[in-house]
Amino acid sequence: MANKRNKDWSAYLYLMPVIVILVIFHVLPIFYSLAVSFYEWDLIGAPEFVGASNYLRLADDPMFYKSLWNTVYYAAISVPLSIFFSMLIAMLLNNPISAIGFYRTVYFIPVITSINAVAIVWNFIYHPDFGLLNKVLDIFSINPQTWLQDPFWAMPCIILMSVWKGLGHNVIIFLAGLQNIPKHLYEAARIDGASRWQQFRHITWPLLSPTTFFVFTISTIGSFQVFSQVYMMTPRGGPLKSTMVIVYYLYRKAFEQFEFGYALAIAFTLFMIIFACTLFNKLYLEKKVHYS
Amino acid sequence: MQNTLKVKNPAHVAIHTLLIIGGFFMLFPFVWMISTSFKGDDEILTTSKEIVLLPDVARPDMLNSQEDRDRIERRAERQRLWDKEQEKPAAERDKKVRAPFKWYDNYVYAWKAQPFYRFFLNTLFVTITVTAVSLFFASLAAYAFAFFDFPLKDLAFMLMLGTMMLPQQALLIPNYIFLSKLGWINTYLSLIVPWLASAYSVFFLRQFFKQLPKDLFEAATIDGCTRFQFYYMVVLPLSKPPMVTLGIFSFLANWNSFVWPLIVTNDTNLRVIQVGLSYFSSEAGTRWGPLMAASTMTILPLVIMYFLAQKQFVESQATTGMKE
Repeated sequence: MANKRNKDWSAYLYLMPVIVILVIFHVLPIFYSLAVSFYEWDLIGAPEFVGASNYLRLADDPMFYKSLWNTVYYAAISVPLSIFFSMLIAMLLNNPISAIGFYRTVYFIPVITSINAVAIVWNFIYHPDFGLLNKVLDIFSINPQTWLQDPFWAMPCIILMSVWKGLGHNVIIFLAGLQNIPKHLYEAARIDGASRWQQFRHITWPLLSPTTFFVFTISTIGSFQVFSQVYMMTPRGGPLKSTMVIVYYLYRKAFEQFEFGYALAIAFTLFMIIFACTLFNKLYLEKKVHYS
Repeated sequence: MQNTLKVKNPAHVAIHTLLIIGGFFMLFPFVWMISTSFKGDDEILTTSKEIVLLPDVARPDMLNSQEDRDRIERRAERQRLWDKEQEKPAAERDKKVRAPFKWYDNYVYAWKAQPFYRFFLNTLFVTITVTAVSLFFASLAAYAFAFFDFPLKDLAFMLMLGTMMLPQQALLIPNYIFLSKLGWINTYLSLIVPWLASAYSVFFLRQFFKQLPKDLFEAATIDGCTRFQFYYMVVLPLSKPPMVTLGIFSFLANWNSFVWPLIVTNDTNLRVIQVGLSYFSSEAGTRWGPLMAASTMTILPLVIMYFLAQKQFVESQATTGMKE
């Protein structure tokens, strides 16, 4: 019976609208891009086939490694930070307390605002002379910093703003996951005398794992593609290129220096890195995920 | 009243405290944005370390510091110059003399600088269309991934996830070339059609559908329920919570989308709100007052809509417990 169902192609009727649009606008352009990454092309003249030389140039490009490192730095700090705080807040919100709707709204407001608008607001907050952050630090007698103009602080500033912006999104997803966990499991655990930590370790954590897996996968993919806030807050890659992330580097190569072939070679290398990470997540981490 | 204030559980005090501290960090940037949007340049561009939460207009009785008095003095001077200039016939007035600052000036400046009302209508139209259609398509696909076995299923799923991994910036070039061949550049079609399918939505719904009891599907099909009937009569009603959540995410993503509309349209009549804001941002430079006013105007409709949808959204969260 299972075998018969395995030969059933009719499922593709349900997938068709999504597949057609994804193929036309998201898959075919990938192959087109892949082809162009073997050419040298400024979009105006005729493309010139150069074989793998874009990729070879990439392997020797110190700015590529710098931007890769900056991206990994961004991902390695922002993803765990965001997951930790959003899971914590979701667990706080998953209690029968008053004003739940109010809190939920408050934490979600940064998510509904556009990255353009909040980047403008945070630019002003980080302003060395007139910014709120330096005024707040002055209360604690901490010397003013130049934040986005400081090679050390620029990236942490962008990470802080990004975590603040995306937190509510993950909170809502974790909350939905938490509410899927049957309440009677906690009641049973309490009767058996389990501590709060034991309840978390043996009920919440394993049963929440499908949600955590989803959030981790999506956040990692998203953080490797960070672009808008970097573009809006630190034009030209920041002080000493300290916020030059990989997508910004490829944007710069494509739309500022018109080296489309090289830019697409960067895009493909990034794609393969992200794909490898996701494959690792799916094959290795999803084994630890508990599906009911 | 007594009941609402009574604390039933001491642990709840700690929970409230933590949530309020966190909430303060979430909201304060917006409070600062709105406050700044009502301030004049002379209030904003001050190196004073004092945090002045309220703009002058909201605290007429509290302007006591030396700096406040200096500012009032300078404003009065500007008012005098302005009044003197107004007495002259219009043709002879010195254009360099600026009108005195009114509390709503930043908004007037921003609103006049770009046709924002047109941008709002464009954005609303595109966003609603994309959200409704893409949700329907995604639920169909997620249903197939969650409930059916079919050839090349894992491969199809991984390929779909794969489409999320290539940076959008890399797709811009080939898509731009393709859309211009179709003649879709500077049309609503280019803003809508490519986004009617979302791999994210399919992945999200599949995770929820997988948690629905599969026995129900087996039982229903044995009883002669067709697949589409099961989708329409069982899966959809049970998954209202994730659908509402996803609908809101999709609405937000489309309202806030920026790079794509920037590339595929350059007609002001088709311009969406985010592109309008970025044009204004580069035009206004470091005029923080008008910039904060424009940001507030961009954010406000979403916040209002969110509050209107809030009840539905909270219900969707509260009833997610679909499993026995």
